[in-house]
Amino acid sequence: MQFDVAVIGAGVCGALITRELSKLDMKIVLLEKFSDISMGTSKANSAIVHAGFDAKTGSLKAKLNVQGASLMAYYCNKLSVPYKNIGSLVVAYSWADMTTLDMLFERGFENGVPNMEIISQERLREMEPYISEKAIGALWAPTAGIVSPYELAIAATENAVLNGARVKRNSGVMDIEFKDDLFFITTASGVIKAKYVINCAGVFADKIANMIGDTSFKIIPRKGEYYLLDKTEGKMVNHVLFHCPSKMGKGILVTPTAHGNVLMGPTAIDLDFDSKLDVDTTIDGLNEVKRAVRDVIPSLTTRNVITSFAGLRAHIDSENDDFVIGKSSANEKFINVAGIESPGLTAAPAIARYVGNIFRELAPQYERKENFTATRPAPVRVNELSDEERRALIEKDPRYGRIICRCEGITEGEIVDAIKAPCGARDVDGVKRRTRAGMGRCQSGFCGSKVVEILARELGVPMNQITKHGNNSMILFGKTK
Amino acid sequence: MLKYDLVVIGGGPAGMAAALKAHECGVKKIIILERAETLGGILEQCIHTGFGLHYFGEELSGPEYAARFIEKVRETDIEVKVDTMVTEIRTGNIVVATNNTDGLIEISATAIVLAMGCRERPRGALDIPGSRASGIMTAGTAQKYVNIDGYMPGKKIVILGSGDIGLIMARRMTLEGAKVEMVCELMPYSGGLTRNIVQCLEDMNIPLKLSCTVIKTHGIERLEGVTIANVDENRNPIPGTEQFVECDTLLLSVGLIPENELTRMAGIVIDPVTNGAVVDENRQTTRPGVFACGNVLQVHDLVDYVTLESQIAGEGAAKYILSKNRRRSYKYAAAKAGTGVRYVVPQNINLDTESDVKLYFRVRDVYRNAKITVKSGDKVIYSKKKPKLCPGEMEYVVVKAEDIRALDVKELVVSAEV
Repeated sequence: MQFDVAVIGAGVCGALITRELSKLDMKIVLLEKFSDISMGTSKANSAIVHAGFDAKTGSLKAKLNVQGASLMAYYCNKLSVPYKNIGSLVVAYSWADMTTLDMLFERGFENGVPNMEIISQERLREMEPYISEKAIGALWAPTAGIVSPYELAIAATENAVLNGARVKRNSGVMDIEFKDDLFFITTASGVIKAKYVINCAGVFADKIANMIGDTSFKIIPRKGEYYLLDKTEGKMVNHVLFHCPSKMGKGILVTPTAHGNVLMGPTAIDLDFDSKLDVDTTIDGLNEVKRAVRDVIPSLTTRNVITSFAGLRAHIDSENDDFVIGKSSANEKFINVAGIESPGLTAAPAIARYVGNIFRELAPQYERKENFTATRPAPVRVNELSDEERRALIEKDPRYGRIICRCEGITEGEIVDAIKAPCGARDVDGVKRRTRAGMGRCQSGFCGSKVVEILARELGVPMNQITKHGNNSMILFGKTK
Repeated sequence: MLKYDLVVIGGGPAGMAAALKAHECGVKKIIILERAETLGGILEQCIHTGFGLHYFGEELSGPEYAARFIEKVRETDIEVKVDTMVTEIRTGNIVVATNNTDGLIEISATAIVLAMGCRERPRGALDIPGSRASGIMTAGTAQKYVNIDGYMPGKKIVILGSGDIGLIMARRMTLEGAKVEMVCELMPYSGGLTRNIVQCLEDMNIPLKLSCTVIKTHGIERLEGVTIANVDENRNPIPGTEQFVECDTLLLSVGLIPENELTRMAGIVIDPVTNGAVVDENRQTTRPGVFACGNVLQVHDLVDYVTLESQIAGEGAAKYILSKNRRRSYKYAAAKAGTGVRYVVPQNINLDTESDVKLYFRVRDVYRNAKITVKSGDKVIYSKKKPKLCPGEMEYVVVKAEDIRALDVKELVVSAEV
């Protein structure tokens, strides 16, 4: 199979870049190692839209962060992705912290972050009634927000597919050879030929670059662990709450999620270069999260934990702590998009446009399509409808009347939609990320088996072929005696 | 808008018993709303025996026990809607439900019985570190796969928690040809019924490891094993006792949580210990006309007790529906947990009650030769010696109506003293 462009890695950057390039009249393929979109860093992160005061002024990170933060609302609107512009607070507990806030404010100003303020203890307490009594002030950045990162990646992919892009899941890249002006990409599902390659492989981006002889950067997987709390705790925190930053990152934060839960984390532990699949949670990591959060909101307990998880940041191992985005020194038809750690999610829409510009300059022969569709049709969300809308919908399709996931109120109709969508769900976790079935407090105790049943029915396979997250993650073995 | 005298939310053993009792007491228009495809609730997947010993005086399987009530419901004009999920209870006791035949329905009810049952505590709530492989599930989910869907969810199994469902599944999986390596229990005693420990573990040669827990799960795709460790008296893992156990499945039987989302939405007061509604001796909640019974009120170990409790709620709802004056009296005695007791249900007792009241309770720990007392102030109303009490078995005492009417201090404190 021959394509003009192969994008490697279907995380939020790969997906948005594929969508951006699907504006051009050419053949694109998005290659993903795992069984679904958004299976790496993009599914396990803080889900924050950063205002942009953290990155060093003048860096690519700073520029793309501030641009991304202002683009996010537009992108989420076009792609029907949950996003809330709730603003962020960096909380200070000492006069030393207040000095840091001042420094952050100035850097934010230089970076072009609008409308920041350093606010008093009283105002902070009004905005966050449960905040620690030790908090003495905060940096308020109203342009910050929260977004559902995996839904952004999924929606961008669906939109790209609508615009003609191909997606190949379970297609991990094993080797790349460049001959006769073509990249021959050996994947787990066959050889793909492409004129250009965009490397968005996240923590594996260095390994992919190595395949064409580019050894200019190394990626360290930096683990972060999180707790996700029940929606019952949703009122305990109203904004993204940061500690003052340290060398290892922005520290442990507490935030509402776009769906109304509370998220707390992450830790920051550097793993070996080869531990790029290790997303195990640890006793020490989870305890650290608990301790740190106690400092911010002492009354927020982990009694109503729904789940804990860990993700890996793609940290560049170099002095110049910046995104690596641009043509490879080893082959200029190969564009690296690497080291996309925080604020990578925020920057993703801006990264997509930035890479789009690099590509258009590199390959001016491709014309812009006339029929590009910028929007993804909004998925049906039954529990967001009024009684009347709900009645009308069930009349049209009774499956929207049958609730499968009790905790989140997700219907059979929504699950079937997720399976039938372009690049639809193929496993239980895929259904969960697209619909929220199984995301609630019973963690799929009741709906898990029904989701397996619906997947099997819609895909026309026996129940024991349905997996949790692809490959060998089967849920059922053979029949009983 | 539909109108019913009584709307029963949940068609398991609790809902059916409450509906039947209310019907027997003369309530005319009754409807049961059940979210599953059939009546019977979780009993439908409990194909083992042991049900009905107290209530019917014979040993039945879960589906047999349920069938007796389903048949009775069919003989009456009680209406049933299955595959119907209640999403909200609005002001004025209006029940909102949805299904795929009626769409969205609103029912105005004179009285409501909450009988939604309970759910199992999932892995996420347990804080077990490690990977997110497949093959980690609650014992009840595994039970559904085996007994309803006919599929094996694993071959080499470790069970965490010695709750009854876990014990039952240890035997069930063994009979289906799986190897159950062990049952690990965090506490120094089992939370399950003694008869289940004997019949499901000892008879099957499955080791029960007390004061032991799972501290890590391994495997990226399917579970490949767990690390277990012994715990100290504060339930913290003891360094040096870690042991890797190869397995493809981890079943969790670590507690049940009453499903009170609707109850909370309806603004009903919840007891923080039972996680069920606060009720009076008729099982009426703090919201007038709304009653609760079965596992949504307190987690039971025997369905027979669920039936008995639900009959009380059904009768209470009938009294409420049929009485002309529905104003409730606010003269209550509070039933409280004293020494050695975790909770007491009902939490409130009308001082003018006409019948004797059974106070159900659970003890905090395993006690031998303990004395159960009910005191009102310094006055001992009830006292009895018991050779053995354990948290896994619900106990009750009967307090006479005349004693309640004669109370000086408006409280009843239940204690277990060693």
